[in-house]
Amino acid sequence: MNRLSWFNVTSLTLGFAFLYLPMLILIVYSFNDSKLVTVWAGFSTKWYGELLQNEAFLDAAWVTLKVAVMSSTLATILGTMAAYVLVRGGRFMGRTLFSGMIYAPLVMPEVITGLSLLLLFIGIGLDRGVLTIVLAHTTFSMCFVSVVVSSRLLTFDRSLEEAALDLGCSAFEAFRLVTLPIIAPAVISGWLLAFTLSLDDLVIASFTAGPSATTLPIKIFSAVRLGVSPEINALSTIMIAIVAVGVITASLVTKRNLVRQQQEERAAAQAG
Amino acid sequence: MQRFVLIAVPYVWLLALFLVPFVIVFKISLSDIALAIPPYTPTLKDGFATFLAGLDFENFVFLTSDDLYWKAYLSSLQIAVLSTAFTLCVAYPIAYGMARAPEEWRPTLMMLVILPFWTSFLIRVYAWMGILSQEGFLNQFLLWSGLINDPLTILNTNAAVYIGIVYTYLPFMILPIYAALDRLDGSLIEAAEDLGCSRFQAFWLVTIPLSKNGIIAGCFLVFIPALGEFVIPSLLGGSQTLMIGKVLWEEFFNNRDWPVASAVAVILLLILIIPIVLFQRNQQKQAEEEL
Repeated sequence: MNRLSWFNVTSLTLGFAFLYLPMLILIVYSFNDSKLVTVWAGFSTKWYGELLQNEAFLDAAWVTLKVAVMSSTLATILGTMAAYVLVRGGRFMGRTLFSGMIYAPLVMPEVITGLSLLLLFIGIGLDRGVLTIVLAHTTFSMCFVSVVVSSRLLTFDRSLEEAALDLGCSAFEAFRLVTLPIIAPAVISGWLLAFTLSLDDLVIASFTAGPSATTLPIKIFSAVRLGVSPEINALSTIMIAIVAVGVITASLVTKRNLVRQQQEERAAAQAG
Repeated sequence: MQRFVLIAVPYVWLLALFLVPFVIVFKISLSDIALAIPPYTPTLKDGFATFLAGLDFENFVFLTSDDLYWKAYLSSLQIAVLSTAFTLCVAYPIAYGMARAPEEWRPTLMMLVILPFWTSFLIRVYAWMGILSQEGFLNQFLLWSGLINDPLTILNTNAAVYIGIVYTYLPFMILPIYAALDRLDGSLIEAAEDLGCSRFQAFWLVTIPLSKNGIIAGCFLVFIPALGEFVIPSLLGGSQTLMIGKVLWEEFFNNRDWPVASAVAVILLLILIIPIVLFQRNQQKQAEEEL
């Protein structure tokens, strides 16, 4: 049953080639000695060296990192609160509106979100800069966090919380000592998701960034509009490498934890 | 008290930074352009009566009179529909192959599909600029293999936009279809074949209908963001590529006509409400079926 037919092998090979060849070409040509991006002139790492000298890029990278850390942390706090309210909050006034506001940003075109936030910031006279980008990124990524966290909250056994309350915990203690450790993996992946969304965002940042703060995607976009450049290839390679290492490590850790958990459960079952 | 704070904090945040901005967009779409900064005449400043008197649908009338906007909406719809169909054609065989792969390969294959999703969208679009350009890798390869004699012009045409959308949104299509196919009971196909179906008939009459939910979810997940797409048409498309996200951007940043940009946004939102509601309903129906 599970032997792959030639058709399946072909479609998987072609499919993954389509997904990965463009990035592979990009990586290979970041080590090209020539300024001409399509002519191979020998191996060189000089574009990486030039990248490290380029202060505009380094500044933008620093701003991007700051924005991503701040907005994903804020988004994780707000998103977890929102998820808790949606799953455990019971009925309250305006619940439908609340859940609508959580789900709508997930499908909203970025140009509309960006435009509307910019008009708000100008309306209340807030100068555009790091703060406005953080506010904008927090708003859309808290919705993603809340979806990830609420799916975990929905599947876990509520009697554990009730037991803690019966044994004399306050509501907050029950959350901190019981609920939070259980939903922690979802909270962490929510944070990671918010972090990558913020690192990656071009459109909303373009609307909400001022002249005082430029993020890396904005910088890359304006450079790329002029055409392909080996320096951007080098930068892209670094970013792809960071993500690949991160995702592979994360999945290995999850896999190990899963195996350990299964072993513990088995041991417990035998002991019982 | 605790409960009140818990509800109020995210609620107020979303009201202030999600709902209020939309009201502002809506309001500005109904006001006149003025050369002040901000470049629009505030319509809500002095009393509700003047507010109502000052409202007009001039910008919306303007959108219907200038055929640039009509064409942009129609061509966005066309590009989004066609590229969703192309993505489905590319994604289905991959999802099918994954669902049929040996059990121990599947987590790795899943990770390989998800990995590009974590890498920068901008970089993935940029990667195609070097491939599709006149002296790019695709043309070099085709010239070398003797299939063509003159380089093809692909970059800065609509064809490049289609390729870009299919490439960047492919994981969104593969994952729901794979999820549906993974649950599919293989004995059903064997039964169909035993009862005299050819392999193709069994695929068409059993596999496709049973993966319908995955197909529908995937199509919405590609269609909705593709309709408002900005990065792909502006990097891979040409000057003749009309997509509404790009028009909105240019109206705002280049022409600095905020009221018209807001009106464009309001109409885009109205167009998107239909697929978004349909998508939500489909997800709910699916969740109920699983229970």
